[in-house]
Amino acid sequence: MLGLIKNLHKAGVIGINKRNADYTLRYNPRRLYPLVDDKAQTKQLAFQAGIATPELYYTVEIEHQIKGLPAILEQYSEFVIKPAQGSGGDGIVVITGRRMGQYQKASGALLSQSEIQHHVSNVLSGLYSLGGQPDKALIEYRVQFDPVFENITYLGVPDIRIIILLGVPVMAMVRLPTRTSDGKANLHQGAIGAGIDIATGKTLTAVLKNHIISEHPDTGTHLEKIQVPHWDSILEIAAQCYEMTGLGYQGVDIVLDRDKGPLVLELNARPGLNIQIANSSGLLHRLQLVEQHIDSLTDTASRIQFARQHFGVNTV
Amino acid sequence: MNNKHLYWLAGCLCLLGAGLFLYKSLVLKFPVIPEKQAQIWNIEAKVLYTSAEGPAKVQLSIPRGNHRFSITDEEFISSGYGLDIKRKAGNRQAAWTIRHATGEQVLYYKATVRPRTDSIETKLTTPKVPEIEYVEAQRVAANAIIAEAKNKSADNESFIREIIVRLNKPVTQGANDPLSILIRPKATTVQRLEVATQLLAIENIPARIVNGIQLVDFDRHTKYVRWLEVYHTHEWKSYNAATGQPEIPENYLPWWRGDKSIANVTGGKLVSVKTAVSRNDESALISALWRQKAIRPFLYEFSLLALPLDTQNVYRVLLTVPIGVLLLVLLRNIIGIKTFGTFMPVLIAMAFRETQLLWGVILFSLVVSMGLGIRFYLEQLKLLLVPRLAAVLITVIVLMLAISLFSHKLGIHSGLSVALFPMVILTMTIERMSIIWDERGARESLKQGIGSLIVAVLAFLVMNIELVRYLLFIFPELLLIVLAITLLLGRYSGYRLLEIFRFKVLAAR
Repeated sequence: MLGLIKNLHKAGVIGINKRNADYTLRYNPRRLYPLVDDKAQTKQLAFQAGIATPELYYTVEIEHQIKGLPAILEQYSEFVIKPAQGSGGDGIVVITGRRMGQYQKASGALLSQSEIQHHVSNVLSGLYSLGGQPDKALIEYRVQFDPVFENITYLGVPDIRIIILLGVPVMAMVRLPTRTSDGKANLHQGAIGAGIDIATGKTLTAVLKNHIISEHPDTGTHLEKIQVPHWDSILEIAAQCYEMTGLGYQGVDIVLDRDKGPLVLELNARPGLNIQIANSSGLLHRLQLVEQHIDSLTDTASRIQFARQHFGVNTV
Repeated sequence: MNNKHLYWLAGCLCLLGAGLFLYKSLVLKFPVIPEKQAQIWNIEAKVLYTSAEGPAKVQLSIPRGNHRFSITDEEFISSGYGLDIKRKAGNRQAAWTIRHATGEQVLYYKATVRPRTDSIETKLTTPKVPEIEYVEAQRVAANAIIAEAKNKSADNESFIREIIVRLNKPVTQGANDPLSILIRPKATTVQRLEVATQLLAIENIPARIVNGIQLVDFDRHTKYVRWLEVYHTHEWKSYNAATGQPEIPENYLPWWRGDKSIANVTGGKLVSVKTAVSRNDESALISALWRQKAIRPFLYEFSLLALPLDTQNVYRVLLTVPIGVLLLVLLRNIIGIKTFGTFMPVLIAMAFRETQLLWGVILFSLVVSMGLGIRFYLEQLKLLLVPRLAAVLITVIVLMLAISLFSHKLGIHSGLSVALFPMVILTMTIERMSIIWDERGARESLKQGIGSLIVAVLAFLVMNIELVRYLLFIFPELLLIVLAITLLLGRYSGYRLLEIFRFKVLAAR
């Protein structure tokens, strides 16, 4: 047991206590949390900073608006309903089309008009929000994901998570939904996490439920050495998110759209620690390196340069 | 840096707590472990009355020592009142008087009861027997009962027993039962005992009703117990009111004698008289300190023991909560167990105190699982969040009521204590469990539910350790140390035990 702890320590693996005590509590002022906890605000900020996000169609803020919802949804064949303050992907409904007068979910299941309305009402009453406080429902553009991940995804939208410390991308992974994760991109629900080499943007080892795997369990495709397209701009977007929110330690979630390129899906002020498993590597050494050199890293370009230089596979 | 500040703060708190603790235990000689053999009780009577806006007089019967117990350290808490204590007819009475009282008034009487080890010699003069004024029919009935008892008895002792037993029999109205002339069918114990004293008086045996309380560990609102004292063979002997045996339980403390009530008020309206008792865990040393008023230490004045008894009893429970909370912090931040709601397990653990552990677990599981069933049904109705929570809360109360009624019918009294569960906490637990059930599956939901229950049981076990309860009550400054530990845990940034298993893959390299 003690040996295990020693090895983890040596590998620089950080636990929740350390993340909270030394990173989120230190670098993320409480007053900035609403900027990322409320996706409507995040969108607004990103728009001002010139960072692309999925287009917002409509915002439902009060119960009364739900009545008029069908007329508004009429215009769109595909869309996503999201709680503005949801966490961990809960409460997100992806509609991919219509069949027999009903809405079709990504999984093929059908939802009636009233079921959609009830769901939106649940969102407004705060069922999915962090503290249970009243929430807004966002109706937005459904991402047409880039074919690069087509063979290694089962339903759902794969997304790229990058941890940034003081604007320096520290670690990255791509999360691939599986049949068991029900199309959701959460690792603890059974999605695959594959680490990404910061220097090149190529996938490294992949992990499913704490086990290292080389093939996607549903599609059988190899998961290693896949080049993530637009890697340069992805790094740039992630690095800019620091200036955008002021949060020193955050997780940036980015999706790749076939036509619109990288879009910021959401930001997270308390990013999870599974990224360490996906990368087979601890975060601590990288975080400490950034803390040591941060004085010399003054602009986005130098921060990205620093990350590529130090956090690539062949350099660590 | 931040951490330095924290270490300073924690260090100071620890020093302060430990210093006070050491001073009290080493210098003032407060015992560190409870002394079982020193049995002392604190008793208290609280008189509440509303005055009629003018002069008022409150008379309260107060206990008098006997061959078993001595009454010491009496205190009368009543600002602005004149106080006079009188003895009459085997009773002691405190009379509080005031020229002008307005509104609701509270008066306290506090005393310490100790068992007597020495024997006392008192010269008793044979008490006078009151003249009994019965009408003819009553006299005939009384004589019949006396004759019957005499027939069945050999001496005074057995005669007294026969009288008491006879008076305890159910009264059959009009069926030639002489008892029906003397007492009503639904007569209280006091009324039956009153008739017994009258019958004994006819036979020239002095007797009187005794009203007392039971000296138990603690009881915030004691009930009165009654028995009979009869004078024969030159001493007053106690007789059990139910069996007529010449013995009463050892923990019966006589409070006042006669068939009157404990207190009466002139110039106002008596609202209530509450008597409370609690066993004092403090040794004779502390009571000794108390008695020697000259060296009464400042610390003692500010200890919990100076508070009214029922408040003390509340703090006995409250002071264990920090220990439960500390355990919760350890289990969540060091071990990494997930629970529903931050402090829910501690609140459930507090309810376990009243329900007992096994019944607590059974009742909790019962309410939560039934509540979950109903919550799943409500899901179909597509209710809005707040009305849905309200509906679950109402359901929880109905379930608790149903369990109480059902277990009462079955004669399982432990089931009644279900009412002590914090229902809002139960409601939130049910709601959170059902949401996790929907989103993360039954397994995860049950895992967290059972995890919470285990934490609650552990918290209960720790909070219920006799020594822990005693130490915190006598040395509440130990809370400063608990606070210091909690503060330090707040900066613990090492791994949680369960994380070690989660990240095991990474350690292999």
